[in-house]
Amino acid sequence: MLRLEKLVKTYKTGDQALKAVDLDIPEGQVLALIGPSGAGKSTLIRCINRLVEPTSGKVYLGDVELTGLSTGALRRERRRMGMIFQEYALVERLSVMENVLSGRLGYVGFWRSFLRRFPQSDVDEAFRLLDRVGLAHMADKRADELSGGQRQRVGICRALIQNPAVLLVDEPTASLDPKTSRQIMRLICELCKERGLAAIINIHDVALAQMFVQRVIGLRFGAVEFDGPPEGLTPDVLTTIYGEEDWEATIEAVDDDDDNDLEVAAL
Amino acid sequence: MSDIALEIETRVGTRWKKPPFVQRPWLRWALIWGFVVYLIAAYMTIDVNWARVYEGLERGKQFVLAFTSPDFTSRSGDIYEGMLESIIMTVASSVVGIAISIPIALGAARNVAPLPVYLICRSIIAISRALQEIIVAILLVAIFGFGPLAGFLTLSFATIGFLSKLLAEDIESMDKVQAEAIKATGARWTQWINYGVQPQVMPRLIGLSMYRLDINFRESAILGLVGAGGIGATLNTAFDRYEYDTAAAILLIIIVIVMALEYLSGIIRARVQ
Repeated sequence: MLRLEKLVKTYKTGDQALKAVDLDIPEGQVLALIGPSGAGKSTLIRCINRLVEPTSGKVYLGDVELTGLSTGALRRERRRMGMIFQEYALVERLSVMENVLSGRLGYVGFWRSFLRRFPQSDVDEAFRLLDRVGLAHMADKRADELSGGQRQRVGICRALIQNPAVLLVDEPTASLDPKTSRQIMRLICELCKERGLAAIINIHDVALAQMFVQRVIGLRFGAVEFDGPPEGLTPDVLTTIYGEEDWEATIEAVDDDDDNDLEVAAL
Repeated sequence: MSDIALEIETRVGTRWKKPPFVQRPWLRWALIWGFVVYLIAAYMTIDVNWARVYEGLERGKQFVLAFTSPDFTSRSGDIYEGMLESIIMTVASSVVGIAISIPIALGAARNVAPLPVYLICRSIIAISRALQEIIVAILLVAIFGFGPLAGFLTLSFATIGFLSKLLAEDIESMDKVQAEAIKATGARWTQWINYGVQPQVMPRLIGLSMYRLDINFRESAILGLVGAGGIGATLNTAFDRYEYDTAAAILLIIIVIVMALEYLSGIIRARVQ
């Protein structure tokens, strides 16, 4: 579905953010990308849809190789990659509906989007998605009137209305409280399952990642240090990814909490 | 460890002062005294002819007193025509100037435009800002002759430099992530501007436009002095004829209109936040 081959990103400053990363994600797999700050998690995600230009290497989405595409072709491929951001990245002065519909920009012409005359099917889909995340009544509110959790749900709708094949999710819970974080993660994972979407989720909360995903990639200094199921994250493995620390508490927390929303989590 | 402890011993109990901006004391004092001496010398070279000032005070008094009895009626026809011309010049030049400014501002924002476009647009802004309105007006009066056409063109030209520069700076300081999110959906460049950039800079654009409308009106009163039409021409004639009461009337009207515009722009800006 999505395949990275020897992906390298070296910034102008000389920092090597990614060192020949290889990764293969099958259809419908939800994958968590963990690692310390500066490990290259965000860079990796942004290199896939080329918000950051990779220095070398290849990215395949299905059969299409993305790194060599022209601007127009890249635009068409970006429609198949929904992105969800840290801090939501909604356009704050636009309404909720405009934000959701902006996910269709790749499919409609300029004048239609300029006059906000989207095809009826897009509008219907936007309402269906907003209803699915429980925000249909907020459609005409301005985005900056919403709470953090609500904004991120609008962000999810914007990504899904693109009808993507893969979701790129960058720290979706970084600025949310523990309960909302779980709700958002659960929502993303449920929606991926419903639609058979693959997803890469950047996340620094190891416990949260273990709770929801089928596969975890540990990144350290731009290289893959761990690739396996969430149960494989032993204290030793976490030490190789993050460095020396007492990891027992982090892992135990995951074992006894299941679906109890209010406690723990702050880890 | 013991080193740090030792240093702490010496620090505790001594007074702390913010380190001075210029480290070397002799240089610091030389700069301060040099500036003071220059300032005194500079003021001494401005010579004042006190006799002339005394004579002029009388004329100044008449001028100020004229405000107590402004004459709106005897030249009402001229005032009306001049004012109408000024307002037409103001509105027309603001609309044209703003319409041209927006694409130039986009081109002059480094995060939106490629380098060659950026350089061209920045040069246009630099030229527009380097040439003061009066100088442009004199040139345009020479080309197009006396009248509001020269004034209209001058104000449009000046608006471009002002609005493009400030709008471009606002575009450059916008929230990058919001725009990035729109780009990630596969939007075209025009759609990206319309959805990702425009909503972020709209309040500033409206605020600046209102402010520029205000400036253009005030400028239109000045441009008449060099023959570029508007109320300034009427005002200039009134001064030439020592009709201070008519001049006072014109100035009062200008003040009222500027205050009204100020009030209006306050309301509009509060609404678009």
